[in-house]
Amino acid sequence: MPAPIRLRELIRTIRTARTQAEEREMIQKECAAIRSSFREEDNTYRCRNVAKLLYMHMLGYPAHFGQLECLKLIASQKFTDKRIGYLGAMLLLDERQDVHLLMTNCIKNDLNHSTQYVQGLALCTLGCMGSSEMCRDLAGEVEKLLKTSNSYLRKKAALCAVHVIRKVPELMEMFLPATKNLLSEKNHGVLHTSVVLLTEMCERSPDMLSHFRKNEKLVPQLVRILKNLIMSGYSPEHDVSGISDPFLQVRILRLLRILGRSDDDSSEAMNDILAQVATNTETSKNVGNAILYETVLTIMDIKSESGLRVLAINILGRFLLNNDKNIRYVALTSLLKTVQTDHNAVQRHRSTIVDCLKDLDVSIKRRAMELSFALVNGNNIRGMMKELLYFLDSCDPEFKADCASGVFLAAEKYAPSKRWHIDTIMRVLTTAGSYVRDDSVPNLIQLITNSVEMHAYTVQRLYKALLDDISQQPLVQVASWCIGEYGDLLVSGQCEEEEPIQVTEDEVLDVLEGLLVSNLSAPVTRGYSLTAIMKLSTRFSSVNRIKKVVSIYGSSIDVELQQRAVEYNALFKKYDHMRPALLERMPIMEKTATNGPSEIVQTNGETDSTVLDTKHPPTITQPPSQGNDLLDLLGGNDVVPVIQTSLPTKPPSAGGELLDLLGDLSLTGAPPPAPASVPSVPMSQPPFLLDGLSSQPLFNDIGTGIPPMTAYNKNGLKIEFMFERSNPNPNIAVITIHASNSTEADMTDFVFQAAVPKTFQLQLLSPSSNVVPALNQGNVTQVIRVLNPQKQQLRMRIKLTYTYKGSPVQDLAEVNNFPPQSWQ
Amino acid sequence: MQFMLLFSRQGKLRLQKWYVPLSDTQKKKISREVIQTVLARKPKMCSFLEWRDLKIVYKRYASLYFCCAVEDQDNELITLEIIHRYVELLDKYFGSVCELDIIFNFEKAYYILDEFILGGEPQETSKKNVLKAIEQADMLQEALSYHPRSQIP
Repeated sequence: MPAPIRLRELIRTIRTARTQAEEREMIQKECAAIRSSFREEDNTYRCRNVAKLLYMHMLGYPAHFGQLECLKLIASQKFTDKRIGYLGAMLLLDERQDVHLLMTNCIKNDLNHSTQYVQGLALCTLGCMGSSEMCRDLAGEVEKLLKTSNSYLRKKAALCAVHVIRKVPELMEMFLPATKNLLSEKNHGVLHTSVVLLTEMCERSPDMLSHFRKNEKLVPQLVRILKNLIMSGYSPEHDVSGISDPFLQVRILRLLRILGRSDDDSSEAMNDILAQVATNTETSKNVGNAILYETVLTIMDIKSESGLRVLAINILGRFLLNNDKNIRYVALTSLLKTVQTDHNAVQRHRSTIVDCLKDLDVSIKRRAMELSFALVNGNNIRGMMKELLYFLDSCDPEFKADCASGVFLAAEKYAPSKRWHIDTIMRVLTTAGSYVRDDSVPNLIQLITNSVEMHAYTVQRLYKALLDDISQQPLVQVASWCIGEYGDLLVSGQCEEEEPIQVTEDEVLDVLEGLLVSNLSAPVTRGYSLTAIMKLSTRFSSVNRIKKVVSIYGSSIDVELQQRAVEYNALFKKYDHMRPALLERMPIMEKTATNGPSEIVQTNGETDSTVLDTKHPPTITQPPSQGNDLLDLLGGNDVVPVIQTSLPTKPPSAGGELLDLLGDLSLTGAPPPAPASVPSVPMSQPPFLLDGLSSQPLFNDIGTGIPPMTAYNKNGLKIEFMFERSNPNPNIAVITIHASNSTEADMTDFVFQAAVPKTFQLQLLSPSSNVVPALNQGNVTQVIRVLNPQKQQLRMRIKLTYTYKGSPVQDLAEVNNFPPQSWQ
Repeated sequence: MQFMLLFSRQGKLRLQKWYVPLSDTQKKKISREVIQTVLARKPKMCSFLEWRDLKIVYKRYASLYFCCAVEDQDNELITLEIIHRYVELLDKYFGSVCELDIIFNFEKAYYILDEFILGGEPQETSKKNVLKAIEQADMLQEALSYHPRSQIP
């Protein structure tokens, strides 16, 4: 058999192939030759063949039949063989194959070989791809080599030990003794790898960390080494652009970070050196900046004094002005991490950050955007928003959703005026309308509802936007909803903020009907429009037209639309007397946070969004415990219902259960009225934010002169009812309950539930809190609205549950002593 | 470091070093993805990009892309220096290294890498020491082998 061709020869040949097929053919031929050569157990050329195999493997061809051959090479005495064998093992074998375990013995032998380069090969292979079993078997050998005086081997053993520890963390202890004097080595290789080893140990085990801090006094040692590196003169061997061993410097800084974290003493011990590095490092080349970067990360993570922190942020600020985009990138990343803790310092660099929005690099833009949002506050909102809106206009689509959400959030927190807020929302909806997240729609609707004085202006602007463009669904949905609610303001031309437009009822209905038939409208949008049209039946006079539209859609193919239309139809026919009440103007909805620049409340908007889910039940997608179920209909029976049961499946017919009918008409298809009382809002809310609930001017009519009454007074818990008449609908009585606790312990998990007779309708809003503080220190308030169209005597059954001194308490009571004025 | 890839402008892999255990199929998939992503970058963009939960640091030297995947807590700027150091080592060894050198002597490129980096971390920060070790090992390769034909693959 002729000698197998040489590696370089093969490479040359393969590269002459002009097509993939030609190459494949050559490879196959060569593989066949190699395979038969392997079968012949040819020792001489095994090395050459495996090398060729590795080349072909790199091109992407299978080479598994060479795995065993690698093992044979490793076992060979020739250094050349071993070199290729170990390389092959690292490329072809991995811990998934059982074959790799056969290496263990070879490696063990080679770790004790007389030639250090063989030992080096073994250490390298073990440290690169050793499996846990191999590591367990060979840890002892590695540990031995960690103590050798041969620095060539010592440095490799240190990194090998790192790998062992990563694979088998329990073995960490055994390497501890060997680390004793690692740092007293002069050899930089050993120093570097030792620092890596120590870092790994400290990161993995808090015990190790404190051991190294206290017993070994690691920090002073590291400080000393770092100082020497900086102060010593030019050392040609380790110099990189005038800096002495930057790799080691960076590694030491990283270990210092871990040692100084949450430890005052260590942090203090390293203060000086950090300041020194921060001020003395050359910044003209990347290598200097790499060290500065690591220094900044360390300063920000340890308990450094404020002067040092400011120094660090200023370094980052300088980075932002650097021509090198890599430097700008890391600066923005770091600033993003520190903006929460060192907000003021970062604010100083705001204009530079905003400039980065115009950068060409997508990662830099993204970071600049995130950072900009983090820096927005009450003072800079107008200026920042201008920049951010400009960014929104011109940025890539991948950013638009996040940017839009960010704009909404910022606007909500810091809007200087309601008009500005609405304008900003409009701008986002019109420029990036299709990228706006789905949950923004309910949030916006709530926002608009609560800006009572802006209703006319808002609906006008939205209407005009619709005339221009109906393709952006979120915009269309919000607009339909608003027109449905405030259409009367639109046609009556009541706008104060800008020139009122002249529009007739028919024109408005044309637009809404247009949405229904347009191809561009999503099914959800159609639902919005239909409901909006329906609502206009109480606000417009062209009721007949609306009736016609509604009845047409009673036979729509879209089940959702059909259902709505059929039910609305029923509303016209059988329940016309209820129609005004049901379709009346939406009250102000609760929010879980105020509009001020106060603390960031995580639930802001999130919980509210579930209220306006336009998807009809039967499936309840949100847990009812969102605390914002505005519709809580217990009507229909006197039995107090169980908390949070799922809604029974909805009957599709028009004359269905009254409960269900009213359930989905209320809020353009709100989530099901969970026939349970409203659970409390999240406990994390400081009560004072929610006190606004009871004092919110829900209704214009206050103090109608109906005397309050005590509904319940037992075991120290007293519930008082205060009355109001609702305007515009006199059939609705508004009761605010005040619950107080005269005992010496708080009543927690307080839940108030109520049920009324069949002829009434009940609506329970969220309570102000679910803790009734002891000793009458405060009240829990909750609003009940009762619809009493038949003017019957009001009766109510209430159920109270709370936890008192650790045990649950429950009580039922009848309330019959309502003053006549409350229901007449 | 989790892995290092060297590839040409056409996307041909010239060297792949993995420091995490993965199957061949996984390695192929990852390589393909990373190569595609890096090749799609425009020249004005920075050398770092986020990919899955890793950071990719890459730099182009002539016709070759040097690409490292590092973890979140690793310093990207020093990784660029690590890449540069490796290129310097290759340059010194081969004498004005070019892509062809690495194609035809890939095993040597691996040997050099393995003397510079072990388990994903630099083991030797002195250029001189790395090159010296390679030189010695090369000499050992020649000295210990007696059969002329098996001397160099």
